[in-house]
Amino acid sequence: MATYQLNVNGQSKKVDVDPGTPLLWVLREDLKMTGTKYGCGISACGACTVHVDGIATRSCVVPVSLIGNRKITTIEAIAQDPVGRVVQDAWVEKDVVQCGYCQSGQIMSAVALLKATPKPTDQNIEESMGGNLCRCATYVRIREAIKSASQQL
Amino acid sequence: MLSNSRFFIRTLLIGLGFTATLIVMTSSAAIEGIHHKLNSGANRVDGLAAWEQVYSVLISPRCINCHTATNYPQQGDDRHRHFANVVRGGHEGKGVPALKCVGCHQEVNADSTGVPGGPNWHLAPLSMKWQDTNDRPLSSAAVCRAVTDRSRNHNMDGRALLRHNEEDKLVLWGWNPGRRPDGTMRTLPPLTHAEFVNATRTWVEAGTPCPRGR
Amino acid sequence: MRAAMKKKDDLHLDRRSFLCASTAAAGGLLVSLYLDFPAFAQEGRPAPPPKVYPPDAFVRIEPNGKIFITVNRLEFGQGVQTSLPMLLADELDADWSQVVAELAPAAEVYKDPVRGIQMVGGSGSIATSFQQYRELGAKTRAMLIAAAAKRWNVTPDQCRTADSVVHGSGGQSARYSELASEAGRQPVPASVQLKKPSQFRLVGKPVRRLDGRPKCDGSLKFGLDLDLAGMKVALVAHPPVFGARVKSFDAAAARGIEGVRDVFEIPLVKGSGVAIVADKFWPAKQGRDHLKIDWDFSGLTRADSSKLRVQYKQLARTAGFSSVARGDAKAIENIAASNQIVAEFEFPYLPHVPMEPLNATVRFDGDRAEVWVGSQFQTLDQAAVAEVLGLKPERVTFHTEMAGGGFGRRATADSEVPREAAQIAKRMRGTPVKLVWSREDDVRGGYYRPMVVHRVEIGIGADGMPSAWRHVIVGQSLLAETPFAMMMKDNIDPTTVEGVNDTHYIIPNFHVSAHHPKVNVPVLWWRSVGHTHSAFVMETLIDELAARAKTDPFSYRRKLLKPEARKLRAALDLLETKSSTWRRRLPKNQAVGIACHESFDTGVACAVAVSIENKRPRIHRASVAVDCGLAVNPLSIESQFQAGLAFGMSQLMAKGAITLKDGLVEQRNFDEYVPPYMPDAPVAVDVHIVPSTEKPTGCGEPPVPVISPAVVNALTRLTGKRYRNLPLVAV
Repeated sequence: MATYQLNVNGQSKKVDVDPGTPLLWVLREDLKMTGTKYGCGISACGACTVHVDGIATRSCVVPVSLIGNRKITTIEAIAQDPVGRVVQDAWVEKDVVQCGYCQSGQIMSAVALLKATPKPTDQNIEESMGGNLCRCATYVRIREAIKSASQQL
Repeated sequence: MLSNSRFFIRTLLIGLGFTATLIVMTSSAAIEGIHHKLNSGANRVDGLAAWEQVYSVLISPRCINCHTATNYPQQGDDRHRHFANVVRGGHEGKGVPALKCVGCHQEVNADSTGVPGGPNWHLAPLSMKWQDTNDRPLSSAAVCRAVTDRSRNHNMDGRALLRHNEEDKLVLWGWNPGRRPDGTMRTLPPLTHAEFVNATRTWVEAGTPCPRGR
Repeated sequence: MRAAMKKKDDLHLDRRSFLCASTAAAGGLLVSLYLDFPAFAQEGRPAPPPKVYPPDAFVRIEPNGKIFITVNRLEFGQGVQTSLPMLLADELDADWSQVVAELAPAAEVYKDPVRGIQMVGGSGSIATSFQQYRELGAKTRAMLIAAAAKRWNVTPDQCRTADSVVHGSGGQSARYSELASEAGRQPVPASVQLKKPSQFRLVGKPVRRLDGRPKCDGSLKFGLDLDLAGMKVALVAHPPVFGARVKSFDAAAARGIEGVRDVFEIPLVKGSGVAIVADKFWPAKQGRDHLKIDWDFSGLTRADSSKLRVQYKQLARTAGFSSVARGDAKAIENIAASNQIVAEFEFPYLPHVPMEPLNATVRFDGDRAEVWVGSQFQTLDQAAVAEVLGLKPERVTFHTEMAGGGFGRRATADSEVPREAAQIAKRMRGTPVKLVWSREDDVRGGYYRPMVVHRVEIGIGADGMPSAWRHVIVGQSLLAETPFAMMMKDNIDPTTVEGVNDTHYIIPNFHVSAHHPKVNVPVLWWRSVGHTHSAFVMETLIDELAARAKTDPFSYRRKLLKPEARKLRAALDLLETKSSTWRRRLPKNQAVGIACHESFDTGVACAVAVSIENKRPRIHRASVAVDCGLAVNPLSIESQFQAGLAFGMSQLMAKGAITLKDGLVEQRNFDEYVPPYMPDAPVAVDVHIVPSTEKPTGCGEPPVPVISPAVVNALTRLTGKRYRNLPLVAV
């Protein structure tokens, strides 16, 4: 066990966990923030995507011991980001979700894309979002929502 | 008394000579690296044999998986395309905005989750591809040409190549590749790092000869 | 019109018949099932009396104006928690902005009105609850009016309603929230008048999902997100070969992991496993990784995919149990080989792998229990937990959690996941235990879409139409040895032959038979079930016949379809119209493929534009037309079809199969079983709904069967090759 001081959504959080614990499980079980999801545990699906110092990061494979004082942003706070808010609203307006389980990760990935590339091409969208699995396969509407969000940025 | 002073002068001269040599040696070492004592005159045959040893490491999975000719990295000993559709992302090879290499690969191996890591994890540029677009390793001659082409290899001469193979952190990662998600250790390159460095040295001393042919 | 105005007594007897059975399955589970299948004759049993659904079990109007509507199904993406409330809210004349949907716990009153158990599946939610939810809304409205009428001393017909307000003819008005308690004291009307479709304000309109925003901001809780005071997390080490038992295990290292609380063997539905209970998921996983288990494989057969392939193909060359025997069985033999098509098709085991890993939380308090599961089969799961804990089902409070996908995986007759959780909870009395299946557990855990082989011999007449058709299907039965076994007919599992035996094509001398090998691999319905493979076979063969007859694929199908295949014809016609412009303007490197198929009473036709990029099919565009009767929520239908087509691409993925070698599943996670990601899905999909006022039929499964044959039909145009073995490893 070791103690870590994490910067989560602008707040300092102290946790006492095994160093190898992935950030995902620290968020979900120690900090009770269940918006970030467990889908595979091997970074293949993207359901666990958070931002670490602004970089879309798959929290299921990053041990908490490697985070340090980097800033973590999760789905729970993404609406406070101007791009995040636009993306979330586009997701709702375009009625993207079905079961919804992957969508925290989809949104975090989409926000990372749009912050770097506010006017992405179809190829940009497909390359950045092509690693986020949606078993319900809502991909057509995910594309539409990203394009819609992009028009407002 | 005279014999003593002659002895003394001889010793002094030898000592000075020794010191001078030492100064020359250490200063040249300081310019070129700590202990890369290079002989010239390693012959071409030995040099080519040494290159084949170096080549065997470069085309092993731990190295070649990031020296692809395609839009994607490979993974595993069977060198299959990396999962989750991750792509190169332009000439920097660091991935695309929502799928950057460093979004999963941290500065060190994450053994508790099975993700390899090292400083500045990214794909080698296309100028340093060691495969064709069908994922087949290029020939020994082709890889040798790529590695020694100073217009493609960040202007590295033989000595720089040796230093690179001995000290570069991502190179060193190849011999400390960490655990897979199932807990087993990743396989190492076919030579130890020391053997790899020695082979590089012999090859460099021979003037980095490349085999002829395609 | 006719369907909408039917009284509830008539609806369920409309040209359908009932089978009422109670059966004790393995383990003494007693289930009473009322099942509605047109193929089964009533056996001298009276039809069950129409059920009365008390509105107060389904609608709750709060003083602040919020209207809580209870949904009697699991919501797992299909949108039922919006569409069923729409039906109720429309008849109720409710202010839609105040509606909140809740998922019903397990209870008698929430059973499917037709199927007789609480369940979701068979794309049947709207079909079976359409009338029910409308009546609930209308009855509640009537009771609110009665309360208002009493208050104002007027008659009910002097009142009208709009947006959660009752208005009296003398200018009076009262909000529903004000009237709610009085309304609750009014008698529930025995019958009510329902709206004419022209009066609908919500139904038939595109309405966004009620659960949209909570699913976008991380606030919606799924079963896996549950957190209870004192809760522990459990994982189970499952046998590597199905049915194996623990011989011995060494938990010393596992117990040494900080946070691990207990390690013990538990019985499973087949065989046994070892449960690790810990404070949190990560120590439970570490604990399991450190377990050393010695398994007993004696008496088990070890399934092997390559051996099964050989065995199935051999079986397919012999007649199985007869499913259809129409005309002359020998007709095919009198047809010259040059006028025959002989084709063999292979389909692999497929995992559902819903995005939310399987989980169940149980707390056992000795004389009662509480359960939380995203369950598709609440009645069965509740009874299973009760049985494990030695309780009566009514002593088990069963909460239905929101689920992250299902596709059939959360509907197992043996309730294996809740049973495991109950076994653990039994040992950890008083402590709530959340059982989690890791993704590896899920990929390796069985309950797959079965491996199937079809062998088809078609004799072609001089007119280019089939004149004889002999069809053998080999696949494990889903129903045999389950409480649903009584649905077997003459040794045939209807879910294996559906889509072939009931084809809407005119095929003389039609013989269909099936073999059901017994294999040591648990199997299950996978979204659209038998249609997953039957549609692929039928629609690729029809396309081949059309090409041989030098007829375009639309015309050929029109010619071959029965005149009474109304829904398919309507879908095909609408598709042809809506896709004609882009089909005529395709770039040279793209080809069109079409397919049409009816499943779960919904007719679907689809056209795709496909090219080959990086050796894989790239679907630039899909147009799809659907006849599902009345479209309750066209936005939801559009969503289901856009996404359902992409889901159906699962069958074509290069790494899209589960294979077994010597009893061991070879795949472990999404790196080795790869479902469709965005690049694999159609880039754009336009959906067209045939206008209809017929009773609504489902849209959850019908999109899935058409996409793989449509894409493969296009590929055949591009490459000249036939693709008969799935998944599509190479193009």
